[in-house]
Amino acid sequence: MTVLPPRADLQTTDPVLTLTGISKSFPGVRALHDVALELYPGQVTALVGENGAGKSTIVKILTGIYQPDTGAIAVAGQQTHFSTAAAAEAAGVTAIHQETVLFDELTVAENIFLGHAPRGRMGLIDWRAMNEAARALLARIGADLDPSARLRDLGIASKHLVSIARALSIDARVVIMDEPTAALSHKEIHELYALVERLKAEGKAILFISHKFDEIFRIADRWAVFRDGELVGHGMMRDVHEAQLVRLMVGRSVDQIFPKRQPKLGPPALTVAGYCHPTEFDDIRFTLHEGEILGFYGLIGAGRSEVMQSLFGLTKPSKGACRIGDRIAVIRSTAEAIANGIVYVPEDRGTQGAIKGLPIFQNVTLPSLARTSRKGFLRLAEEFRLAREFTSRLDLRAASLDQDVALLSGGNQQKVVIAKWLATKPRVIILDEPTKGIDIGSKAAVHEFMAELAGQGLAVIMVSSEIPEIMGMSDRVIVMREGRMVAEYARDEMTPERLVRAAAGLGDGMEEDRA
Amino acid sequence: MSDARHIPDRLDRPLRRLLRSWEFLLALVAVAIFIANSLASPYFLNPWNLSDATYNFTELGLIAFPMAMLIVAGEIDLSVASTIALASTLMGAAATAGAPIAVLVLIGLVVGLFCGAFNAVLVTRLGLPSIVVTIGTMSLYRGLSYIILGNQAYTAYPTGFAYFGQGYVFWVFSFELVLFVLMAVVFGALQHRTSFGRMVYAIGNNPTGALFSGIRVARVKAILFLLTGLMSGIAAVCLTSRLGSTRPSIALGWELQVVTMVVLGGVDILGGSGTIPGVVLAALVMGLVTFGFGLLNVPGIVMSIFIGLLLIGVIALPRLWSRLKPRGT
Repeated sequence: MTVLPPRADLQTTDPVLTLTGISKSFPGVRALHDVALELYPGQVTALVGENGAGKSTIVKILTGIYQPDTGAIAVAGQQTHFSTAAAAEAAGVTAIHQETVLFDELTVAENIFLGHAPRGRMGLIDWRAMNEAARALLARIGADLDPSARLRDLGIASKHLVSIARALSIDARVVIMDEPTAALSHKEIHELYALVERLKAEGKAILFISHKFDEIFRIADRWAVFRDGELVGHGMMRDVHEAQLVRLMVGRSVDQIFPKRQPKLGPPALTVAGYCHPTEFDDIRFTLHEGEILGFYGLIGAGRSEVMQSLFGLTKPSKGACRIGDRIAVIRSTAEAIANGIVYVPEDRGTQGAIKGLPIFQNVTLPSLARTSRKGFLRLAEEFRLAREFTSRLDLRAASLDQDVALLSGGNQQKVVIAKWLATKPRVIILDEPTKGIDIGSKAAVHEFMAELAGQGLAVIMVSSEIPEIMGMSDRVIVMREGRMVAEYARDEMTPERLVRAAAGLGDGMEEDRA
Repeated sequence: MSDARHIPDRLDRPLRRLLRSWEFLLALVAVAIFIANSLASPYFLNPWNLSDATYNFTELGLIAFPMAMLIVAGEIDLSVASTIALASTLMGAAATAGAPIAVLVLIGLVVGLFCGAFNAVLVTRLGLPSIVVTIGTMSLYRGLSYIILGNQAYTAYPTGFAYFGQGYVFWVFSFELVLFVLMAVVFGALQHRTSFGRMVYAIGNNPTGALFSGIRVARVKAILFLLTGLMSGIAAVCLTSRLGSTRPSIALGWELQVVTMVVLGGVDILGGSGTIPGVVLAALVMGLVTFGFGLLNVPGIVMSIFIGLLLIGVIALPRLWSRLKPRGT
C-alpha cells in the first residue's frame, strides 16, 4: 500500500500542526520511520494501528517526552522543538491519556491549573481566582464537578473531564486523546463524544487514538493508519470503509474475523444456583456445558466481573451454590478454584494477569508449579517444555521465553496470561474482556483459540462489552444489569439491538416476538 | 520480529549473564578490598586473623538471608535486632535459673519464632504495612527486654554454652562460619531452586497478580516472617554465646546493618529482585571492610561512614552509568 497523496480540494484550512519526516529509534527497535502527520483545526483525526505500530511513540513526541531522531514539527507553520513536556504544553499541545496523568491527592482546580495557577500578591497562588476559573472552565464543558473535590474521589470519566478542562485552561490548540473511552461506560462515552464535538466547534485540532471502529466512524473527520512505525495511509473518513482500514492496519485482508464453528455441547461443566452478594450481584443462576462459549454482556459496572471473581474464589458469595461437573464445589480461594478446574483470565492484564518483572516461562508455569516441580524443587526443563507447548499454540511473538513479560506488547502479554491458565488444564475458563486494548491480529488469534478450546470440550465463559465479539463468539449470551441477569439469548436470537436494550434496562428486546 | 515457532528458551549465554551481574561486580569489590587489606596490614593474611574476621558478618548474615527473601516479597522486618535482645534476655533469665544448654537454645529459637509469628499475624491477618508493624514491635521487644533486665546484665551462662559463638568445628573454621555457609546453601536453594522461592519473586513483582495466579500470598509472607524470627533466634544464641553476657542493648542497631547487607547484595528494596549469592558477597564485603579498618585502628564511626558511602556508591554507580549512555527508553 502506498501513501495516498493529499487531496488538495479537502484542505480548506491550513494545518495547525505538521509533522514531517519524523523518525525515532530505540536500541534494537525502529519505532517510527519517516512519519508525516497533519492536524487541522476543528477536525478530529483518528489514528489507528495495531499495538506496536508507533502510536504511543508519536504521542510521546508530540507531548515532548521523546525527542525525534530526525524530522520537523511545525505549529501553525512555525518550526519548533518540543524539548520538554512543558514546551509542548506551551505550544498548545496537550494529551488525555488512557490512564490519566493527573495527581490523585490534589483538587480538581489544582490539577487544572498545575504549573500556571493564577497568582496574587507576592507571587502566592490566588486560590479564589483559581477555583472560580476552574468552575467556569468546567461549566464550559458541561461538567458538574466541584473544583475543590479531591481527584482520587472521582471516576475515570470525571478525570477525563478534568484533563479536558486543563487542555482548555492552557488554551490548547491540539488535543490528543489516547483511547479515552477504553474505561468508560456507555453513557459516559456518549458524553465524551458530545464534548469532542464541542472542542471541534471551538476550533481545536484533535488526534483521536482508538481501537473501536464504531466510534472512529462516528466522530472522526480524517484518518491515518500506522503500521510497523510507518504511516501507511491517510485520508477523509467519508472516503473509507472499515474493511479498508483493517486491511491497512494488518497489511493483509481480514475478511473472516470470527471463526466459524459447530458447537458440540457436552454434559454440564459448571452449574451456578442462586449466587448472591450483599452489594455486587443477586440471584445469579446458569448452567454452562462442556464445549460451550457462554457470553456475558452488560455495561461496565453491571456486576459481571464480580460474579466471575466470586466463582474464582476471590470474594465470597453470601448465598448460593456451585457445582463443577456433578460435584458440589466449595471455593474459598483462588488455589481451590484452580484445583477444581476453574480459571479466570482477568480484565486488568497489567496488575491482575501478567507478573511483570518475571520472564515469560515463569509467568506461564506459576499456577502449575506443583506439576512442574518435584518435591518442591523447580525443574526448569519441565517449565520450558510446558511454557513452549502452550505459548506456541497461541502463536506468541517474543525474543525468547526468558524475556521479561513487561517487554511484550499488550496482545502478546494477553497470550502469555491465557497460556498460563491453559497450562493448568482447566475444565472451565473464564475470560474477562479477553481482547480489550489488544491489536487486531492478536484479537483474531485469541478468538480462534477460544473456538478451538470449546471444540476440545472446554467450557468457556466470555465477559465482553463489545457487541461484535459477543455476537461473533458466543453460543448463548446472558445480559446483566445492576447485578442481575436481565436477559438470555440463544445464538439465533441475538441481535445488537436486543443486547443494547436489555443492558440499558429498556426491556429484554423480545417483546415484539411475544406480541 | 522473530518467527513464532522458533522462540529460543534463552538468549543470553550463562557466562555473559554472570559477567553483567551485580554479583560479579560485588565479587570484584570483595577481591579488591581483600588485596588492599593484605597490602595495608601484614597481619591480615594470617588464617586465625581471617577466621576472627568472619565474626563481623556471620550473625548478621544469618538474619540477612531470610530478610533478603522478605524484602524480595515486598515486606521488611525491622524488629530483628530487638528479637535478638528479647531472646537473649529470656535465655539469660533461664540460665540464671540453672537451665541446661539444650533448653537455652530451645528458648532462643522459640522466642525468635514467636516474635516472627506476632509480626506475621499483624501483617497478614490485619493487613498492616510491615514497615510500621515492625517499627512498633522493634520498640516492643526491646522494651520487654529493658523491663526484665533494667541496667543489669545476665552473665551466668553454663561453660559449654560458649561453643556456639566461640567454638571451632575444624581447624580455623568456627561453628558460626560453618553455620553461615550451611544456611547460605539452604536459603540459596530455597530462594532459587524451589517453588516457594518462585512464589516469593512473583509476590514481590506483583502481589495482586500472584493472588490471581492461585498463590496463597498471606501464607507465603507468614512463612517468611517466621523464618526471619527463627533466624534471629539462632543469631541470638550465637551472639549471646560469643559475648557470654546479655544486656538489653545487645545487637543495638543491627536491623539497619542487616538491611544494608541485603541492599548491598543487590536486593531491590522495593521488592521483586535479588539473590542469596549477592547477599553472601555483600556479607563478605562488609566483613572485610570492618576487619581491615580494625587492623588499621580506624575508629568505628569512620567504618560506619565508609559502609554508608559504599552502599550509596554501589547503588548510584549503575544508575549514573546508564545516564551516561545515550537516552533510550
